[in-house]
Amino acid sequence: MNMNKSLQDFEKVIRECVKCGVCQAHCPAYLVGRKEGAVARGKISLAAALLDGEIQLDEQLQKDISMCLMCGSCMNKCPNKVPTHEIVGAIRREITQKQGLSLIGKGVSTLLGSQPLMKTLSKGGALLSPLVLKKVPESSGLRLRFPTPLMKDRTLPQIALKNLFDRVPEYIEGRPSKPVVGFFAGCSISYAYPEIGEQMVRILKSMGFSIYLPRKQNCCGIPALSSGDGALVEQLAENNVKIFSEREVDFIITACASCNGGIGEYYQTMQKDYSEFTGKVVDFSVFLEKQGLFEQLAEMERWKQPTRVTYHDPCHLKTQGITAAPRAFLKALPNVDFVEMDAADSCCGLGGTFSVYHYDESKAIGARKVAGLIESGATQIATACPGCIMQLQDIINHAGLKIKAVHILELLTEALEQ
Amino acid sequence: MKKEVVERLIEIVGSDNVSTATADKITHSYDATQEQHLPDAVVYVSTTEQVSRIVKLANEVKIPVLPRGAGSGFTGGTLPTRGGIVMVLTRMDKILDIDSENLTAEVEPGVVTAELQRRAEKLGLFYPPDPASKEFSTLGGNVAECAGGPRCVKYGVTKDYILGLEVVTPTGDIIRTGGKTLKNVVGYDLTKLFVGSEGTLGIITKITLKLIPKPAAKKTMLVQFESIDGAAQSVSAIIGAKIIPTTLEFLDAATIGCIRGKSDIPLPENCQAVLIIEVDGDPELLDAQAERILTIIEPFQVLDTRIATTDEESEKIWKVRRIVSPSLRQVNPDKFNEDIVVPRSKVPDMIRALEAISKKYNVPIVNFGHAGDGNIHVNVMVDLREEGMREKVEIVMDEIFRAAVELKGSISGEHGIGTSKAKYMSMELNRETIDYMQRIKAALDPQNILNPGKIFIEDALQPAQS
Repeated sequence: MNMNKSLQDFEKVIRECVKCGVCQAHCPAYLVGRKEGAVARGKISLAAALLDGEIQLDEQLQKDISMCLMCGSCMNKCPNKVPTHEIVGAIRREITQKQGLSLIGKGVSTLLGSQPLMKTLSKGGALLSPLVLKKVPESSGLRLRFPTPLMKDRTLPQIALKNLFDRVPEYIEGRPSKPVVGFFAGCSISYAYPEIGEQMVRILKSMGFSIYLPRKQNCCGIPALSSGDGALVEQLAENNVKIFSEREVDFIITACASCNGGIGEYYQTMQKDYSEFTGKVVDFSVFLEKQGLFEQLAEMERWKQPTRVTYHDPCHLKTQGITAAPRAFLKALPNVDFVEMDAADSCCGLGGTFSVYHYDESKAIGARKVAGLIESGATQIATACPGCIMQLQDIINHAGLKIKAVHILELLTEALEQ
Repeated sequence: MKKEVVERLIEIVGSDNVSTATADKITHSYDATQEQHLPDAVVYVSTTEQVSRIVKLANEVKIPVLPRGAGSGFTGGTLPTRGGIVMVLTRMDKILDIDSENLTAEVEPGVVTAELQRRAEKLGLFYPPDPASKEFSTLGGNVAECAGGPRCVKYGVTKDYILGLEVVTPTGDIIRTGGKTLKNVVGYDLTKLFVGSEGTLGIITKITLKLIPKPAAKKTMLVQFESIDGAAQSVSAIIGAKIIPTTLEFLDAATIGCIRGKSDIPLPENCQAVLIIEVDGDPELLDAQAERILTIIEPFQVLDTRIATTDEESEKIWKVRRIVSPSLRQVNPDKFNEDIVVPRSKVPDMIRALEAISKKYNVPIVNFGHAGDGNIHVNVMVDLREEGMREKVEIVMDEIFRAAVELKGSISGEHGIGTSKAKYMSMELNRETIDYMQRIKAALDPQNILNPGKIFIEDALQPAQS
């Protein structure tokens, strides 16, 4: 199929880097080690050298190329908008093509490519126990991003016994005047945080929408993209687009920033035209704001003792300019006393499969948030991405703080249940 | 590079911090000039002692050493043009002390300028120099190049804030200059010698900086003019009225052409020049000062004025300035960016000279910058794919520098000389002056180890070989 772009396809934009160095201020991987090879400018110079035949896919190059969370922050601030994360993706795919998938990468492929296997593992409960890991040595089902033997002291969420698809029907009929909304739940919400998915469905239902939650939806492809498995990304994209075309939907909602970046942004860069699908993809906070939910919430009686909550910008929303809607959501909630924090927009450090290979750096990136978090006085940090929630809780626990990382929808549940 | 030298480097900084891998050579071969020269080795240092030992080793084996911070310089200051060891100081990034009683800070050279500014401002203190690269450039680099910025009109440049330094000399000794006090006249003022020395006289390993109290408030204004003369006369009139704004930035007609339609603030066709004026200080006095400025400039072909009353409005005004650089490439793909400076009364003359050069050679020249201190960012925008263009650019540059020097200005206000302006030095300085500088370099660095091939087109002595 070859629908992903190749390194050659990026030649023009690679030459547009003027080496000004602006990316250094925004690259999470650079900021922890301050090594040029980790920053966008360095990787672009390596990409140019690859194109010019001045370097091969050697060990040091692979190390540098692995030091990228593919968050897109650099492109956001780049004067010439050079898409380093996409270029890195293309180089990783070349590495994979030449040398095959790494062990962890293979695990990702096996599981993410197979929905039945993921469902089974999720039902199995203690997914990350050594027993399960023996059966699936390279990886760990949903938590493909967290193979525990490599990451002994990582905090992991509990595994849900019943996944989202066991809890919510595939189609819910709403009011005839209201459009049909597709819900792309993503792996984390489907299997680790199904209650967030349930809340998403509940709120959409209460607003009268018809909801389509296709059983056969796959992973968005971000972990596969991150590990350089181009073929798998193509397969997942094809399938997701096909599944969501089986019913007429007006919107495809995500409640996971990474998934939004995957199915919304990445699919747009592929060489096949998925614009009919990607044009419908919308983040839940943006959607709910447009539907007038925040006004309704603001009319509710404010709690006497609201929780002090701050917000973490997931990279995949920040780089799309989605920063105001999630904050407006939090400010509208009657149970929330919203407070801004320093470094709200600095990356949590998860980055696809980055934290698997670079757990120490991943923790160091996340730790950059701790001072601002403490200073804010918040007892909860809300965000709009389950991946960030896992990582933030890990950082908080390592810092010995009593702060809870939550999804905005969890706070919505709390407000509505009261 | 000889294996034995690499082994000795590893002894000094550990194997994780030395590399001769191709990838590392490539990623440490360039700076913002976009030129590339591969080093022989890359070393990341974390202590003054390591710096000293490496420089001593380099003297022993006669290999150049190129100190490097963020690598964001515009004149090639960190380029390993003759190979050698690129010594990266970004990991020496501790803010060692911020002293609220004495209004000083002590930092390692790898601290990013904006990081120090944020930390100081939390304590009600202020470090004024604000190069456009402040979010990523390092203080070590700022000192080595004597960085400036928009706020320098009122507050001065980097050299005005450096009280003392710890420096590793070209032969590997560790010396201390100046100190923590404002007054200090013991011996030569070596501190000033190192500020702006572009890594040729020593490697800065610690910096004592002067801080000032943070201004309580600021007020930003954007004024549109029918002509560049109106803007220039306004600048003279403001300064003539004994008002020194914090910043006085101008955009010329070509610049406005690049950003028209992209800014939140509409810039109509007849707007031929823009001044962005910011004043700071006691909030009670700011309104009056802003009013006074607007009264002073009223006679000078003003089209429109707006005063920001909120942070958002101020941000909108600064955004006009910030979108300039990314917009230039729509004129032509290749940018030659120089930072000439003229006495501020001569800004209109310089702009006219630039217009004449642009017409004469038929190349677009886009100008903006710091009108308040006469520092003009001249951007010659060309397409190098056109035949003979490179040669043409050379001639254009030559004429631009000549015009600046004729107006009693200088060929560089902020970026330094490095490799890219070395050949123009003799336009501004006589032979004896350049000789004097080279004798200092030769005396302090007899083997030409530190950053050879920079500032001067010819070495005073035999260069070190790698």
